Amino acid sequence: MHKANVSIWFFNGVLLTTYGLMIGGYGVYELVSGHTPPVVLAYLHAPLWWGGGMLALGLLYCYKFAPGKDNHATK
Amino acid sequence: MTVPPSPLMLPAVVALPPQHLAHLAPLDIAIIAVYFAMVIYIGFYLKQRNNTSEEFFLAGREMTAWIAGLSFISANMGSLELMGWAASSYQYGILAAHWFWIGAIPAMLFLGLVMMPFYYVSKTHSVPGYLKLRFGESSRLLAAVSFAIMTVLMSGINMYAMALVMKVVLGWNINFSIWVSSVTVALYVALGGLRSAIFNEVLQFVLIWAGALLIPILGLIETHGWAGMRARIQHNFPGQDFTHMWHGLGAFNHNPMGVHWTGIVFGLGFVIAFGYWTTDFLVVQRVLSAQNLRAAQMAPIIGAGFKMLVPIIVILPGLLGLAVLPHLLPESVAAHVPGANSYNEVLPLMLVRYCGPGLLGLGITALIAGFMSGMAGNVSAFSAVWTYDIYHAQINKRAADSHYVTIGRWSTILGVLVSIGAAYLVMQFASIMDYVQALFSFFIAPLFGTVILGMLWKRATAAGGFWGLLSGTVTSVSLYLWVHFNPAALAHVAFSVYAKTMAENLYRALWAWIACVVVTVVVSMFTTPKTDAELNGLVYGATVLPKLEAVPIYKNHWFWAAIVITGFFIVNVVFW
Repeated sequence: MHKANVSIWFFNGVLLTTYGLMIGGYGVYELVSGHTPPVVLAYLHAPLWWGGGMLALGLLYCYKFAPGKDNHATK
Repeated sequence: MTVPPSPLMLPAVVALPPQHLAHLAPLDIAIIAVYFAMVIYIGFYLKQRNNTSEEFFLAGREMTAWIAGLSFISANMGSLELMGWAASSYQYGILAAHWFWIGAIPAMLFLGLVMMPFYYVSKTHSVPGYLKLRFGESSRLLAAVSFAIMTVLMSGINMYAMALVMKVVLGWNINFSIWVSSVTVALYVALGGLRSAIFNEVLQFVLIWAGALLIPILGLIETHGWAGMRARIQHNFPGQDFTHMWHGLGAFNHNPMGVHWTGIVFGLGFVIAFGYWTTDFLVVQRVLSAQNLRAAQMAPIIGAGFKMLVPIIVILPGLLGLAVLPHLLPESVAAHVPGANSYNEVLPLMLVRYCGPGLLGLGITALIAGFMSGMAGNVSAFSAVWTYDIYHAQINKRAADSHYVTIGRWSTILGVLVSIGAAYLVMQFASIMDYVQALFSFFIAPLFGTVILGMLWKRATAAGGFWGLLSGTVTSVSLYLWVHFNPAALAHVAFSVYAKTMAENLYRALWAWIACVVVTVVVSMFTTPKTDAELNGLVYGATVLPKLEAVPIYKNHWFWAAIVITGFFIVNVVFW
């Protein structure tokens, strides 16, 4: 019987990539449009760099633990 | 589910005022929806890998040290744990970090280095299962029934309190929060068993950090670092010490918790922490899923390393709250002041302070993830104990393995339904939460006494184990009732008229453990012990532990334990 063999780290990568795109994308919009939310330190554009960081980490995990590579699901 | 010593502050959460603290944008809703879709997908994806009971209840015992270790720590990181401890650090300052450092690290290392070989080599499926092997059926039944009942009740209480937090923070309907979150957990645990719970816990661990870490980072930027934060706290609260861990513990009345260092070291650091981290099946189950003995020993050490960092996302936001939100009030006061906010709201307030659309959704997802990881931990542990230690042991001993997997799936759903029932019960009778939390804590300290004597002392007998466990529990209940009906008794239980509730919990645990150990030893001396052959694989001195293969030093668990314990001493000295 076929057994599931996608690593948990790949799932993490997918989630971080998705969130990175969503939050980082909003950060870009915020920067370009100048519409910053009424939060403290808004000028730091946290969504941009936090989302960017998540995106980079997510892509790294997606690549490193992609299904088909030598990754057992429980690694 | 949480560490028993944790001040969950559930009654306080119940009293939160009705205004909403945050409003979610469509982007935030989308982030939460993505999370739910992902955890349900994982449950369906892993369903195909749960054909045997070993796979369903122990994830096939093939988890790596990293996955077992992160799951071990994540099952303990409920959202109320996060919110409750942030509130505690606002109230008590950095003293609250004791529950993360001395109240966890030594115990977790002890589990990995000393106890894990016996749990693992005995091939037990649960902690009550170990008691059966070591002390007999009566001890297992006592531990299993108490654990099963308390686990689902605690799960229900956490579920209700979480739904209430969502109502206060976001204005969500309580029924909606309870049913959506619990049905999701039931679905992915019933489908994928412990493997699904563990996979999701690792996912939730990452999410909790991604969602919560931004608060201390931005908070420290706003206050210009640790020194700036301390200066602001001293300015806001002149004459009060919120940033020293041991400095004020020389006397009960020199610190806001009303505790003494002996209570912290022996009550918390030894009895309660060791009781929870080494015998509570909720966390031990995660480690039992490890692929080999070395991974099983390494997992709690990895967990300990991350546990030491958790104050960054829990305690530090509370301290930053003292610096930038100095007007929060005790719950009892805030409830009567229109527009006022209480200590309990410090974490969501800090989240709203720094996080706009997207990041706010991520932070709220982190809270939901925390709740769901805690609940999944509860129901998967309940399912294993119910199936192995109650159903299999007492009701149906000879069924096929597939039958027990089916029972496991249904008991997961049953556990969730009972939890939901408990949540609605608490909704009607809020004071029940106090009693159930106390009830849960009654079993932790004596259970540790029984298990540790069972593992380290060959002379301990079945009768000694059972009567020790029972008398420790009775001692704990008696002391609780004594102080409950006569508050002046606290001075006797905790040695000081200045002792407060926190001190009572610590010393009550210590007394219960002492009673358990004394009774176990005395009864054992008058009863017949098992032979060495019968104790093989269960007790130190009667077990030949398997020799681990040689590995490079950076893969050796003793090496990493030394790193963690060194870090533990350093943080305690730095924040002395």
